[in-house]
Amino acid sequence: MTEREKILGRIREALTLTAPHPGTHGRHEPAQTFPGRPVQSAKPWLPDGGETPEEQIAHFRAASTDLKTDFREAADEAAAMAILKEIAQAEGWKKIATHRSELTDKAASALGLPKLLTGGGYDKNEMEACDAGITECDVLIAQTGSLIVTSRSSGGRALSVLPPHHVVIARREQLVRDLTAGFAFIQRKYDGNYPSMISLVTGPSRTGDIERILVLGAHGPKKLTVILW
Amino acid sequence: MSSHSQEFLDQASVITRDLRHRGLIQTALKKYEVARDKRKSAFGDWQSARQAAAETKWEAINHLDKYLTEFADKLEARGTKVHWASTGEQARDIIVKLIAEKKAKCVIKSKAMTSEEIHLNDAMEKAGFEVVESDLGEYIVQLRKEPPYHIVFPAMHLTRDEISDLFQRELGSAPTQEPEELTMIARRALRKKYIEADIGITGANFAVAETGMISLTENEGNARLTAALPKTMITLLGIEKVLPKMEDLALFLPMLATAGAGQAVTGYNTLYGGPKQADEADGPEEWHVVLLDNRRSLLLADPEQRDALHCIRCGACLNVCPIFRNVGGHTYGTTYSGPIGSVITPHLRGLQNWKHLSGSSSLCGACTETCPVKIDLHHHLLQNRRNASQEEPSALEQFAYKVFGFVANRPGMWQVGKELARMFQPLHKFVLGSKLDPARTWTATRDVQPVAPESFKEWWRKNKSGK
Repeated sequence: MTEREKILGRIREALTLTAPHPGTHGRHEPAQTFPGRPVQSAKPWLPDGGETPEEQIAHFRAASTDLKTDFREAADEAAAMAILKEIAQAEGWKKIATHRSELTDKAASALGLPKLLTGGGYDKNEMEACDAGITECDVLIAQTGSLIVTSRSSGGRALSVLPPHHVVIARREQLVRDLTAGFAFIQRKYDGNYPSMISLVTGPSRTGDIERILVLGAHGPKKLTVILW
Repeated sequence: MSSHSQEFLDQASVITRDLRHRGLIQTALKKYEVARDKRKSAFGDWQSARQAAAETKWEAINHLDKYLTEFADKLEARGTKVHWASTGEQARDIIVKLIAEKKAKCVIKSKAMTSEEIHLNDAMEKAGFEVVESDLGEYIVQLRKEPPYHIVFPAMHLTRDEISDLFQRELGSAPTQEPEELTMIARRALRKKYIEADIGITGANFAVAETGMISLTENEGNARLTAALPKTMITLLGIEKVLPKMEDLALFLPMLATAGAGQAVTGYNTLYGGPKQADEADGPEEWHVVLLDNRRSLLLADPEQRDALHCIRCGACLNVCPIFRNVGGHTYGTTYSGPIGSVITPHLRGLQNWKHLSGSSSLCGACTETCPVKIDLHHHLLQNRRNASQEEPSALEQFAYKVFGFVANRPGMWQVGKELARMFQPLHKFVLGSKLDPARTWTATRDVQPVAPESFKEWWRKNKSGK
């Protein structure tokens, strides 16, 4: 018998006895029961993400302030690229790391800096030395001020965490209300053929491991900028 | 009394008198409480959300065979190798063998309590590999050669000065008072390691059966880097981590972050579903997932306490526990401390040796009330006490209770006992708290109330007519 069979055997044996439902406390009836899956009923109980696009932007903005994400709203593409150039100049970027996609191509050509493209593999040390990693994202989440990057649509696994500044270029219509909508979007988009990594990114890298004092840039990017139009 | 029990008492009596320790823990936990309450208030209905989370975990754990099979099959279908380990020893052997096969020199690790549970680092180091913990708190306690203090905040018991001294000694850095500078010292030291390491080891917070993915929760980005740069990735997780569907994360990620650290969601919550795919730029060429039983199936076989397997390791019950807050994380001598540790350690490591943990509780129920998946923690502590005394009854204790029952049921004898107590009471002060004191275990650290000169019954007899 394989170890898998042994473990599954023990589990099946154990499950011949039934356990009380949560909240039943002995003989009492549970306080609540759910028609269908509990997570579907739970939606109104979770933190809100706003109904209209305006409310959702306001939620994303407030969450970004909390998280110390630099959130920049632009009127149009030209304004977005101007913001990007301004940041590059202010920080004195010499080289960027990015990937091929509609929005990042625009960003790279607007900046006109030397660039490392992740497409066909890259040198880790070279990426580490880049001043910024510029990526697209799949979706932005109003409820939590998060965004979802994947290994297929955002230039691999390391691009969004190895350079010291992660810049995300996105469109307003990519913003969804909450995590439920975000995961539903991912499931629709990839339809079973998922990238090997799907990461929900919420603010720049952070730690509170020393006396519970917040420090940004523990291992990943010290700064996260989201430019949206 | 087991030696573990004696150690617990000895350590507890030292640390409860340590005012520096108390100050540190109180400050850290006060910050946590403020942040947690703020995040909880953003929920539409936290209590109902807890019930939904508990129901979801109930469904997963009570159909564990189905979901675990689904999880493993989906993973394998996308090129991941799944290993099954009944014991900690098997899991250690699998991992050490893998590292040896790859002829690896340096292993980078992100935080995984399961690896602490099976003492994986010791095994890897004994086999001659360099192992580096990358979570900042874990890195600090690894440099100090001690186990994590808390399942979520490993270095919570240390001041910045102690960490600065440690870094000076171990890394040759300049002294600093700034948490930011200390973090940057660790950042610089560890960046090199991510790039050099041949193997990355991670844990997992959830195992999504529907899509065959693990979900990893962190704030620092160290797990992201660990899963991105080394050529081989190994993930160790307990079999109880399953969730039925991806959408369940929309509930569990905010609840874990709120209960665990007072955050809306943590910095990075990442799903991994396979090694590097053909159309991807980077990632490990091989991914090995090790599923660990290590007596979890025994706990599963106890329907009364099965819900302890619902635990998502947020640490909220530790943070609110008056015992944890006084004796601290290391006193437990276990991987999982606080109320959840006291409940599950007797199942994972033997009831008789660890039953004292279930005794060291005020049964206030704060743990049960705060648990985001509604584990009935304080009742489980009582059940452990019951099971321990049923399994190995203490003759002395049984005799003492029989005598007490006999006397308490006979008013005449009770009266005689009371008079004797009053008579000998003045003598007690000569031996109070000393080795000759028959009530020493109580009086050594507590006051003893004198027997009243007049009992209520006597008072009532005199005053019942209302005169």
